[in-house]
Amino acid sequence: MVPLMLPTSRERLVVVGNGMAGMRTVEELLKLDHARYKITVFGAEPHPNYDRIMLSSVLAGEKQVDDIVINPRAWYDDNGIVLRADDPVVAIDAKARTVTSRSGLTVSYDRLLIATGSRPIVPPIPGLNLPGVCAFRDIADVDTMISAAETYKRAVVIGGGLLGLEAAWGLKRRGMEVAVVHLMPTLMERQLDEAAGKLLQRDLTERGIAFFTDGQTEEVTGTDRVTGIKLADGREAPADLVVVAIGIRPDIALARAAGLEVNRGIVVGDNLATSDPDIFAVGECAEHRGAVVGLVAPIWDMAKVCAHRLAGGEDMIYAAQATATRLKITGIDVYSAGQLAAGEDEDEIVLRDARRRAYRKLVLRDGKVVGTVLYGDVTDGAWYFDLIRRKTDISDIADRMILGQSATTGGNGPAEVDIASMPDDMQICGCNGVCKGTIVDTIKAKGLDNYDAVKAHTKASASCGSCAPLVRQLLAATLGIEVSASPIPTACKCTDHTHEDVRAQIVKQKLKTQDAVRKAMAWKTVDGCASCRPALNFYLLCAWPGEYQDDSRSRFINERAHANIQKDGTYSVIPRMWGGTATAGELAAIANVARKYDVKEIKITGGQRLGIYGIKKPDLPAVWSELTDAGLVSGHAYAKGLRTVKTCVGLEWCRFGTQDSTSLGKQLERLTWGNWTPHKFKMGVSGCPRNCAEASIKDFGVVCVESGFDLLVGGNGGIELRGTDKLCHVATEAEVLEYCAAFMQLYREEARYLDRTAPWIERVGIAYVRSRIVDDAAGRKALHAKFLHAQSFLQDDPWAQRANQGIDATEFKPLAALV
Amino acid sequence: MPDRLNNVMTWVKVCHLTDILPLGARTIPARKGEIAVFRCGDDSVFAVLNRCPHKQGPLSEGIVHGHRVACPLHSWVIDLETGEAVAPDIGCTPKIPTKVEDGVVFLGVDDA
Repeated sequence: MVPLMLPTSRERLVVVGNGMAGMRTVEELLKLDHARYKITVFGAEPHPNYDRIMLSSVLAGEKQVDDIVINPRAWYDDNGIVLRADDPVVAIDAKARTVTSRSGLTVSYDRLLIATGSRPIVPPIPGLNLPGVCAFRDIADVDTMISAAETYKRAVVIGGGLLGLEAAWGLKRRGMEVAVVHLMPTLMERQLDEAAGKLLQRDLTERGIAFFTDGQTEEVTGTDRVTGIKLADGREAPADLVVVAIGIRPDIALARAAGLEVNRGIVVGDNLATSDPDIFAVGECAEHRGAVVGLVAPIWDMAKVCAHRLAGGEDMIYAAQATATRLKITGIDVYSAGQLAAGEDEDEIVLRDARRRAYRKLVLRDGKVVGTVLYGDVTDGAWYFDLIRRKTDISDIADRMILGQSATTGGNGPAEVDIASMPDDMQICGCNGVCKGTIVDTIKAKGLDNYDAVKAHTKASASCGSCAPLVRQLLAATLGIEVSASPIPTACKCTDHTHEDVRAQIVKQKLKTQDAVRKAMAWKTVDGCASCRPALNFYLLCAWPGEYQDDSRSRFINERAHANIQKDGTYSVIPRMWGGTATAGELAAIANVARKYDVKEIKITGGQRLGIYGIKKPDLPAVWSELTDAGLVSGHAYAKGLRTVKTCVGLEWCRFGTQDSTSLGKQLERLTWGNWTPHKFKMGVSGCPRNCAEASIKDFGVVCVESGFDLLVGGNGGIELRGTDKLCHVATEAEVLEYCAAFMQLYREEARYLDRTAPWIERVGIAYVRSRIVDDAAGRKALHAKFLHAQSFLQDDPWAQRANQGIDATEFKPLAALV
Repeated sequence: MPDRLNNVMTWVKVCHLTDILPLGARTIPARKGEIAVFRCGDDSVFAVLNRCPHKQGPLSEGIVHGHRVACPLHSWVIDLETGEAVAPDIGCTPKIPTKVEDGVVFLGVDDA
């Protein structure tokens, strides 16, 4: 029971700073003693308390501002906290024990908590006051960047550390051309060693970010708005937006003016009190034993200790722990902890796996791990970090531990983390300091059965989110259900399984019908829903070519009717025109059909062919019959499958053409038509780098050059514009065909249903795709063979089947009219 | 069972159950607009006016699951037992009574 006390009898706690450190301390304090203080919080920003770490996700468009609010205003009200947002404290009078805010409000305190955080470091260069220059620290900065990305094209980020790279990636995702200027020769040099820094730079360069390393910015240019930057060595870069992210510095101005002891930060003891015993400081503004912190894990430790002290406790002290860093750029995994490089009397173990573009390093001293750097595959980060924290003697496993936990301790597979063998006090969530035991106990004690509840109750994965897969695995293991390894969306609401789980089990358990899948995987519905049925249909079709019977009742109407439904309920009919070419006979057949069935419109589509619009459903078989007679086949313009192969005229006619792009396009179309894929699949073949066939926004693009063919993948000209990644260069047409088929097969086998190639590649990384298609010749040939095998069943024109062979006849015929 | 109810509705034979594929639908032209007849996975049969309350999409072309159908145009889900849209969407399409006897599907047609 909370003792009933009159408000006036309570002590007054004033918190300067409404950020993560301050509010976490208040949360911890309320847990210990809800009634002790009357709390007033002053914040400079006009927002409630939010998760600053997630600003990069907001910038990248992965989250909204509302998603990152930690405590909404209702929380302050519910806990009787007075929040003065947008009203920063401007003075502390330690003698009178009062603070005064910008609006002129003066409030007395019994205890004061300073949590002013940091300010961005501003370099002493001219031009920083120009419009279009900002930092990357708060919501206002992110708003500035997002609105700049809507209007302008080019951005320069000054600073190639964690924050700068996340800013650069976010702006790139928002469609800007981005260059990063970095003072040092390699990126993120405080968290990564040189080798990993170079790998990171290479991968980001491939994603279209330009770099100026060893670059010292001398001036930001412009008169009314920023126009660019100049470097000391003479290099220049144009820019409509400049983001300064070279680092942060503890915000100690108030404390210094109040006469508190300050150094780089506000000096605090192990009890987190400043030189005034009634004034405490936590977070990035505090300096403990000569060190300031910038990561969330030690700040949460500070919050816990400080709350304990504020609640009257006297035994808990703060001690700095090793910390780990992770970069939040989709598809690029970087992890580091502890020492980055070996000094004297220390050893390094390094593993480079060029094929998988993975790199890992361990730094050892006296038979213990003291540091690790991981790039590419970071699944073992938590294990290494645990060995570092625990100072475990690893002499016995030193020779093989670089291969990871499962290789070392004999677990199941290389990518699986062995949850069961983890000790209870192994830390799962580094940000919030939550151990395995705490999570398991909470799941059991509170009867939790879903991930969101576990996150809410334990705070595990509530900050940066990178441990969410582990938390999900723990939940699954505790409840004794099938283990799902990632925060991947479930296939639909009918199941708790992810797409990946479902696909894996279909193959592993040899499930060959939808009913078998739903039964084996404990579906919650008898016949699924409109989301999972088409997905299962595709997964089964892909896994069991020639064996699984395609289920028309699990196809969207367009794929079932082999025509596109239009908004008035009529259909469009689009025959295939190989590589965008046609014969006179084919054109005549289209004209005849149009006249006979009184079609409303014929249009040249974006895929270089003719669309016939406004056909009534019962007329479709007859229309197809006439088109089929003229040799035309379905263009699959309705399919989650191969759509069009757009070509230019190429060498035959064009004075710039380097290869016969039209012929190559036709060959590709003949190879791939009829194929079903997770989502629609478009190709383009351009005869020269002028790229008239727009191959660089296709799922698979070919740009012909004198020496052969550049192969491009993962482009998309749709809702989210994405240029292709270059897969590789090949010399012959035969290779183009083989690589194309292998790439399509990989996409068919591994992407989630309704994933276009662009988001799939964003997720798995172009490096992975290259490792499977380019580096692994045997694997490529196997994928190619599997593709051809599937095609032997799929290349059967659906229009001919329905026009002349009576397949699906009831689909197109209404019943007799009611009289 | 009486073929007439209060002199306002007549049971009219429209097809055999097997004329509709499981989890499928057929359409019937009618004076008041096209009717969609659905056969669910458990062989129960429902009929509604073939018009989604949202943008008049042809419900007969949607994916049938449970006793529901998802409209092919914008994926509204209609409960075939009531004709009501499933939350959060709000709307209703008129429902026509059905019965199945000895494998024959009947619709209840208004005399008025």
